[in-house]
Amino acid sequence: MFEDLSSKIESAVQSLKGQARITDVNIAETVREIRRALLDADVNLEVARRFTDEVKERVMGSDVLNSVNPGQQFTKIVYDEMVKILGEERSDIAVAHQPPTVILIAGLQGSGKTTFSAKLARYLKQENNRNPILAAADVYRPAAIDQLKTLAGEIDVPVYSIEQKDAVRVAKEAVSMAKSLALDTVIIDTAGRLHVDEKMMDEVAEIKSSVEPDEILFIVDAMTGQDAVNTAKAFNETIDFDGVVLTKMDGDTRGGAALSIRSVVEKPIKFMSTGEKLDALSPFYPDRLAQRILGMGDVVSLVEKAQQEYDEKQAKKLQEKITSDKFDLVDFYDQIQKIKKMGDISDLVGMIPGAGKAVEDADLSEDTFKPIEAIINSMTPEERHNPEILNGTRRRRIAKGSGTSVREINQLIKQFDQMKKMMKSMSKMGKMGQAMQGLKDLPFGK
Amino acid sequence: MGWLDKLGLKKEEKLDKGVEKSREGLLNKIGKSIAGKDKIDDATLDDLEDALISSDVGVKTTIEIIDRLEKRVARDKFITQNELQQIMREEITALLKENRPDQPAEFDADFPAKPHVIMIVGVNGVGKTTTIGKLAHLYKKAGKNVMLGAADTFRAAAVDQLKIWSERADVPIIQQGQNADPSAVAYDTVASAKSRNADVVLVDTAGRLHNKKSLMEELAKIKRVMGKVVDGAPHEILLVLDASTGQNAMQQANAFTDVVDVTGLVLTKLDGTAKGGIVIGVSNELNVPVKYIGVGEQIEDLQVFERDGFVKALFGE
Ligand SMILES: Nc1nc2c(ncn2[C@@H]2O[C@H](COP(=O)(O)OP(=O)(O)OP(=O)(O)O)[C@@H](O)[C@H]2O)c(=O)[nH]1
Ligand SMILES: Nc1nc2c(ncn2[C@@H]2O[C@H](COP(=O)(O)OP(=O)(O)O)[C@@H](O)[C@H]2O)c(=O)[nH]1
Ligand SMILES: [Mg+2]
Ligand SMILES: [Mg+2]
Repeated sequence: MFEDLSSKIESAVQSLKGQARITDVNIAETVREIRRALLDADVNLEVARRFTDEVKERVMGSDVLNSVNPGQQFTKIVYDEMVKILGEERSDIAVAHQPPTVILIAGLQGSGKTTFSAKLARYLKQENNRNPILAAADVYRPAAIDQLKTLAGEIDVPVYSIEQKDAVRVAKEAVSMAKSLALDTVIIDTAGRLHVDEKMMDEVAEIKSSVEPDEILFIVDAMTGQDAVNTAKAFNETIDFDGVVLTKMDGDTRGGAALSIRSVVEKPIKFMSTGEKLDALSPFYPDRLAQRILGMGDVVSLVEKAQQEYDEKQAKKLQEKITSDKFDLVDFYDQIQKIKKMGDISDLVGMIPGAGKAVEDADLSEDTFKPIEAIINSMTPEERHNPEILNGTRRRRIAKGSGTSVREINQLIKQFDQMKKMMKSMSKMGKMGQAMQGLKDLPFGK
Repeated sequence: MGWLDKLGLKKEEKLDKGVEKSREGLLNKIGKSIAGKDKIDDATLDDLEDALISSDVGVKTTIEIIDRLEKRVARDKFITQNELQQIMREEITALLKENRPDQPAEFDADFPAKPHVIMIVGVNGVGKTTTIGKLAHLYKKAGKNVMLGAADTFRAAAVDQLKIWSERADVPIIQQGQNADPSAVAYDTVASAKSRNADVVLVDTAGRLHNKKSLMEELAKIKRVMGKVVDGAPHEILLVLDASTGQNAMQQANAFTDVVDVTGLVLTKLDGTAKGGIVIGVSNELNVPVKYIGVGEQIEDLQVFERDGFVKALFGE
């Protein structure tokens, strides 16, 4: 669908066919392609350089060229190297031996700290049965406290705030408050600050020393460019954070900043924030991010999101229908409702870097389905179950009833038939998710 | 040139001591290695490339700049370092588009329309609301009647935030509260600006990621309804870009331009160490000028964009 690094690598390696082994000279072009792709993905220049040097080291003198598929082999080396840097294991956030667990949230202006603070509170409450309190330690930004209170109200979590502009005091008192109310977790939202702002960096250091957090998270906008290394290093030097959170991953950014940060500060990435709503939070998966940085899209997340809306039992019933050829327009209608429930589809597809144009061409808005729904609603039950009986007269009647045209009906029936065929072949391969993955033909699917 | 001093004096933190060359004095180095030649050697080009890439200029635009530079050098030949610096600045400056006369950046300039409606758009957290507060203050200081419209009705406490800015700048605000229809707020704002004879209207919108189709359509609608009240409104659509954003800013600019015809850019957070080099490519490819820069969180921290100063700052001068 879109040009990704793996196809570039494959064509670059293709040109090496017949050569005995990889050398400094014949690999130069491929290395340049990789570096460029990394830079396009916002990986820091020095990090990209080091990365490609390492990849080069690994393939030089190796027998990649003699393998059955040298392009794929090479791509896999690049991918593995990237996953290695991004961190192979998932790491959770700390829990204090003696409650409350204190979590400090810090980062640049507008990176998504306040939203994440509320998301984390929700997550800990729902998934781990914890009782959190939020501390409104951003005492500067206009309406910052109101913002936190509004979000906290949505998830029914208390907020500690004071009138005075004293962030350190807010943090300290929130911890005492948690103790006296027997709340087990304190999440401290702080003001955004630049790493070069000494006074503000001193403030966050002071918050740290006065509440001794069990976990400090550095919040980074996934769209950050080359400067990510500077800010991450400076924050790390000042507060020695425990983990990184990548926000705004629902955009179409490649997210190379994460690779940069991982290479200069050895701290795990713990969460990904994927939207403005409070449930848009997901654990971090290095393999998915690696695919994204390499321009292959976060296919797995898409599939997962689709699957979430997909009830197992219903899926089974549907599968039976498909295999026994009983899938009809009523089922088709149901499927459309499910797709609509998944949220704006173009949002989903839009998560694939480079897919922007394709989405536009496909024009996948909710309105896409309106005429289809109208058409199916104007049919008799018999017609819905046996679309084969739809002759010209029937089609003209339906067109009139639904305010569409016969052409649109013809098109719908054609689409329906195609979908039926596709689903049948997919169901042979097993569950829908696997089929979707199969379709994408990932070079390194597990 | 306050912001230049601020930027120029900033110490670049070194990523990896011993690997990264200091960007300070890059032009000196280039000058030395190529003085009197009609071709730039590879080492020099590498240095230049590094400086541009590290400033988020992006591979594509960097290549374009270097191509232009090579052509100029082959044609003009240059002798002194000063000349080379000059050529390089000119080539980069040429990629940055100029303001249109009917959309002046100066705050005391006259506008052809009254009220002159400016809509502010951008992705989440880039500094839209803050920029509105600063613009309101500067227009007001220049003697204009300013009015704000709180059409970000989505983000928690966004209306309260803009309200505080309206108090700081001492200008009226039109609001309908949280979760109101943003188009209705925009419509209201322009209508009351018209009846109250305001000179400038600044309309805030909710941050939205450019790949969310329904939200982008909403933005197009907000724009459309304003045109129903005042001909040609909004007269300007400013896209706010965060200087620390990398290559994704190009996608942002493309998508916003597609739906609402962006007329100018605001580059915020230049008080950090990020250089905001992506605006060169954006300005060039989309043919829109950079109008303002944000250099802090205070109400005074906004400046009219100067191309020369920006290009100098790119090289750490
Ligand atoms: N699309 C998207 N928007 C997000 C995400 N996280 C936060 N935002 C939005 O980004 C903007 C800034 O988020 P905040 O949570 O206020 O960021 P902050 O770091 O607290 O900002 P300051 O307090 O101003 O420094 C808001 O408009 C949020 O709704 C995310 O994962 N995806
Ligand atoms: N350092 C710095 N911070 C800024 C600048 N402009 C805005 N901010 C901060 O960035 C954050 C997001 O700004 P806001 O105006 O709410 O962004 P919006 O979501 O686009 O409306 C706030 O914390 C602002 O104080 C700037 O030029 N420099
Ligand atoms: Mg905040
Ligand atoms: Mg805002």
